[in-house]
Amino acid sequence: MDTPFAITLGVGTSRANHTGSWRVERPVYVDRLPPCNNACPAGENIQGWLFEAESGNYEAAWRILVHDNPMPAIMGRVCFHPCETACNRVQVDEAVGINAVERFLGDLAIEKGWQLPEPGRDTGKRILVVGAGPAGLSATYHLRLLGHQVRLVDSADRLGGMMRYGIPAYRLPRATLDAEIDRIVALGVEVVLNHVVHDIEEERRAGNFDAVFLAVGAQLGKRVNIPAGDSSKVIDAVTFLHQVAHDDPPLLGRRVVVYGGGDTAFDAARTARRLGATDAVIVYRRNRERMGASGEEVEQALGEGVSVRWLSTVNRFDAERIVLEKMRLNEDGFPEPTGEFEELDADALVLALGQDTDLSLLDHARDVTVHDGAVSVASSMMAGASGIFAGGDAVPAERTATVAVGHGKRGAHGIDDFVMGREPTEKQRHELATFDRLNTWYYADAPRTKRPELERIRRQTNFEEVIGGLSEENALFEARRCLSCGNCFECDNCFGVCPDNAVIKLGAGERYEFDYDFCKGCGICVKECPCGAIEMVPERI
Amino acid sequence: MTRQPVHFYQVGSFAVGNRLLSADDRTVQSLRERTNSIDSGHRACQGCGEALGARYALDAAMRATNDRVVAVNATGCLEVFSTPYPETSWRIPWLHSLFGNAPAVATGVAAALRVKGKSDVRVVAQAGDGGTVDIGFGALSGMFERNDDVLFICYDNEGYMNTGVQRSAATPPAARTATTDAVGPEPGNVFGTGKDLPRIAMAHDIPYVATATVADLHDLERKVERAMELHGARYLHVLVPCPLGWGTASNDTIHVARLAKESGLFPVFEAENGTLTSVSTIRRRVPVEQYLLLQRRYGHLFGKNPRPDIVARIQAMADENIARYGLVDESTESTEVNA
Amino acid sequence: MLRQIEGSKAIAETVALCRPEVVCAYPISPQTHIIEAVGAMVKSGRLAQCEFINVESEFAAMSVAIGASATGARAYTATASQGLLFMLEAVFNASGLGLPIVMTLANRAIGAPINIWNDHSDAMAVRDAGWIQLFAETNQEAADLHVQAFRLAEELSVPVMVCMDGFILTHAVEGVDMLDQETVDAFLPPYEPRQVLDVDDPVSIGAMVGPEAFEEVRYLAYLRQRDALERIPEIAREFTQLTGRESGGLIRSYRTDDAEIIVVALGSVLGTIKDAVDIRRDAGERIGVVGITAFRPFPSEAVRAALAQARQVVVLEKSFSTGFGGVLSTDVAMSMRDLDFDLRTVIAGLGGRAITRRSLEDMLKRANDDELEPLTFLDLDHDAVERERERMRKVRRSGPSAENLLRDRAAFSSLPRGGGA
Ligand SMILES: Cc1ncc(C[n+]2csc(CCOP(=O)(O)OP(=O)(O)O)c2C)c(N)n1
Ligand code: SF4
Ligand SMILES: [Mg+2]
Repeated sequence: MDTPFAITLGVGTSRANHTGSWRVERPVYVDRLPPCNNACPAGENIQGWLFEAESGNYEAAWRILVHDNPMPAIMGRVCFHPCETACNRVQVDEAVGINAVERFLGDLAIEKGWQLPEPGRDTGKRILVVGAGPAGLSATYHLRLLGHQVRLVDSADRLGGMMRYGIPAYRLPRATLDAEIDRIVALGVEVVLNHVVHDIEEERRAGNFDAVFLAVGAQLGKRVNIPAGDSSKVIDAVTFLHQVAHDDPPLLGRRVVVYGGGDTAFDAARTARRLGATDAVIVYRRNRERMGASGEEVEQALGEGVSVRWLSTVNRFDAERIVLEKMRLNEDGFPEPTGEFEELDADALVLALGQDTDLSLLDHARDVTVHDGAVSVASSMMAGASGIFAGGDAVPAERTATVAVGHGKRGAHGIDDFVMGREPTEKQRHELATFDRLNTWYYADAPRTKRPELERIRRQTNFEEVIGGLSEENALFEARRCLSCGNCFECDNCFGVCPDNAVIKLGAGERYEFDYDFCKGCGICVKECPCGAIEMVPERI
Repeated sequence: MTRQPVHFYQVGSFAVGNRLLSADDRTVQSLRERTNSIDSGHRACQGCGEALGARYALDAAMRATNDRVVAVNATGCLEVFSTPYPETSWRIPWLHSLFGNAPAVATGVAAALRVKGKSDVRVVAQAGDGGTVDIGFGALSGMFERNDDVLFICYDNEGYMNTGVQRSAATPPAARTATTDAVGPEPGNVFGTGKDLPRIAMAHDIPYVATATVADLHDLERKVERAMELHGARYLHVLVPCPLGWGTASNDTIHVARLAKESGLFPVFEAENGTLTSVSTIRRRVPVEQYLLLQRRYGHLFGKNPRPDIVARIQAMADENIARYGLVDESTESTEVNA
Repeated sequence: MLRQIEGSKAIAETVALCRPEVVCAYPISPQTHIIEAVGAMVKSGRLAQCEFINVESEFAAMSVAIGASATGARAYTATASQGLLFMLEAVFNASGLGLPIVMTLANRAIGAPINIWNDHSDAMAVRDAGWIQLFAETNQEAADLHVQAFRLAEELSVPVMVCMDGFILTHAVEGVDMLDQETVDAFLPPYEPRQVLDVDDPVSIGAMVGPEAFEEVRYLAYLRQRDALERIPEIAREFTQLTGRESGGLIRSYRTDDAEIIVVALGSVLGTIKDAVDIRRDAGERIGVVGITAFRPFPSEAVRAALAQARQVVVLEKSFSTGFGGVLSTDVAMSMRDLDFDLRTVIAGLGGRAITRRSLEDMLKRANDDELEPLTFLDLDHDAVERERERMRKVRRSGPSAENLLRDRAAFSSLPRGGGA
């Protein structure tokens, strides 16, 4: 069109006006550390695999998962999921059921026969892993990925450690356990069972190992001196659960008292119920708030008919009768005896007062420090300059399978640095994606999907798995509850809300870019980003 | 009454886009190939709600018509910031005539298209609240009454912004503007009877009347789409916060629009042929304070000499809206999810 | 075909022959018959391919025309007086945007006091609005000018106002040689807009233009009006070739060849003036007449040439600039710069006051005797004015003059209709 001068203008002409020069602050895309990832003892990229799961890309999700943790089906059952406690969604409605989705992915992988990644190229380095519990297995897996040869030794006749001998089958079906362990072993691992290592230095020398990862666990049930009649049946929980796992359950009678307040106590009580005890009573010296066991475990136990005597200690065990002393909490929250006593009928007393380690194999290790029954380690899990690393329950940390898995991974990388002669590198952590960074308006309100629970009555009598898995539909739904804290999930908000069209959408999976020629720095994109993945920074002039 | 189902896809259907939404459920604004009817380089203030609202509405109209839209624009910020010689931001055919005649000019455009047999080309007229509820009111009513085939969009920023933030008939009570200073016993704008143009439009029994805000894009786009399905006079009233005139932070534009709706001060609804057909219920109700506190134009109601009495009157207005339109719907509180 | 027809009807039918595509109308006397007739033709289907829109105001009428024209439709409207003022903002806008709208202005006085009768105050109020303004002397010319107006407007992208005296022409039934469709089609090609709202070639029309280009925009508009000065006579000539009729052009001279005194005027009053001149000629006075058809653009050169040899120029106007005097006179004076002549302004016919041949004869005689004041109000009732002035001197708040005068008129109806001066 031959348009009239000045009053009529052609398309696209305003692009000559670079409004970016108005800006005093500029938006930049950032990745922040989601609180779940931050809380995961195994160092999982939870938000990362949920992102794939949300899209229904389950295998991709699982691959991100096993990048850090080779046993999602197991962890999806036994992990106490600190990630969910940390989850920002708690402040919207309820935490995302991360654990349930993890289990869904783990189970699906087993069902579909997905295989772990190929081992890395052979480095020629030989590593000895002592103990085939979660820490040892995790270390083995990561060492194989790094290309190192691994000998995995364990004193038991099967792999799994506490996962097999401590965790009852109703919480962790053996088929699942075996499947995930087998998958690790299939990466090419020299497995030596029924082998007790007495002297680590000796063992290392004999096998010509470049480094050692010690994951011997804490297998000795703590005993306290409780006056008991000869006929009174007293057993520690570790031994009790071990024998049950070995299909050789001890006869405890109908009335079983478990002394202690940790998860093991509850495992023991629930196991006793399944073995036929009509009364399974937990005695604990503090109140419920101060108990170590996870809330979920307590709920389930109570649901199964386990009862608890709070603020009580076991004073003595006369035949068929336990005398309890009542306690009260002082101002500092410590239990103090009251001098009041009660009696409780009992056929057996199970002591679940914690576990000790057996570290005699380190007696001859030169530069390894053992303190309070635990091996002192650096952040690389290195216990001694000579190449001894340790993890799991044998080192000072929370004693959970997931923590152990994390130790295994960290230890493997520490060993890798060590044997390859590298300086250990500290990974740079992103700033935490705290709740106040989110714009929760955009998240639809949705209740958490409940894992179907087996009917209470069934679970009282057998060792079938108590908690069922999620259906695919539910898993998808649950994954989609993730807020993707601190990480762009391509919701197009920034692209849409910019009044200056200064956000360029790069296409699926490619995220966005700012067009600083036109961005005026109004900051709406930052404010309206649901997940807090944009930040304003001052413009440098 | 119809209600938009909220899809539960992580960000549900609240965010602009979502890789998980089906193509049909995606907003025009989420598309890389959207028109950007109003291009970069325009001179709107940082965070201008009007610039945003105009792009939302016109891009949606473009999609609804296969890119066959002609726009008529009244004088006002939108016109001034988009077409200072020698630069225009419009990527669509666009005509600016005067401040008070956009509805009539649009009538002329529609008439010309009809007589030329270009029935596929549709007309959108747009103006600020001043150009709509004040100076363009007569022309608008005439266009409504004749039921001309025009979608008229009012970008309501509650004042004459282009001339430096003076009061219009759409300026809410107590708000400070350059002509309603925050002084005296009744600071800010008077508590008049109001001039509720959407309801006045409904009284014309025109095919379609709707309100929307820049805070709910899905709703806005759906309404534009619905409007374009219909013929005859249609009216869309969009609340577009103005950082300059309201004294809000430039990044609060969408946030404050959301609070206008969630407080009940700005009812969001639609009507066909004079009858209310749907309302957007409040999702997270807030007291009006939360909305007012973000805006310096209400600063005199708080601070050293607070005026809780005036805030209470404003709250009463919100409550009246809530009652009139049924904006709080208990039954939706738990049924929002639609996985 | 010659028909005895009311002026308004003749205009309506001629406009219809121009195939307007959008006609918008808001009633005001004395324009009503025009738009009523166009409306009826559209409604009956006689005028097909046309949208007739009953708008809610003149402001809307011109705005609808703007929208239609910018969309490529031939747009027409008509108004008068108050209506023109009511649409004033849009009148300027149409020309600023270069939209070739054609509008009939049925000239009428502007209130207050409200008055529906003819004078030229309305046209003069918008002389700087950027429109081409053509004045018709007869209904025949008024009809013919509309056809030329569309042609001119669309060629130049400038709106054209055809001015015709309200009632005197609009409501007069006289013989008009009506054009036929074939002739009009041959003369007036379809509208090819210079700029148009087109979804396949989008542009922004109506940008905000600042100091850096505004003066150029205005200067270009000036040049376009200069172009019109050339095109108006050419188009008129073409029209004559096609119809054998002389209509339009810039100015028309009558008996000026040897004239010492030349009367200049606009519109239908020219007929009466010519009659008076004929009579004065018979008395031996060398008087001629120049009628101006194109008031905007003002044909300065043609006027200067036509008046060059005159000793005295009498500009007879149906409007005046209250604080100054003649409006047309100013333009004539400007055109005659540096020439030695006397200029006399005669204000006549305001608010529909009849301009009689007798009064004109008197006036011309005095002009010939060099007795004409520089500013003369024809047939002014000096006594009535004096009485009102007196009243105002005595009583500060003496009430509205119009009412007072009317009361006086009733009381002194026997008074002689005042003479010249
Ligand atoms: C007839 C007329 N009166 C006044 C103005 C001055 N004017 C231009 S824009 C404007 C205010 C526009 O207000 P609104 O329509 O609400 O649009 P906003 O700028 O707030 O978006 C005014 C008063 C004008 N251009 N024309
Ligand atoms: S004054 Fe308000 S409406 Fe105008 S450009 Fe600025 S923010 Fe937008
Ligand atoms: Mg406004």
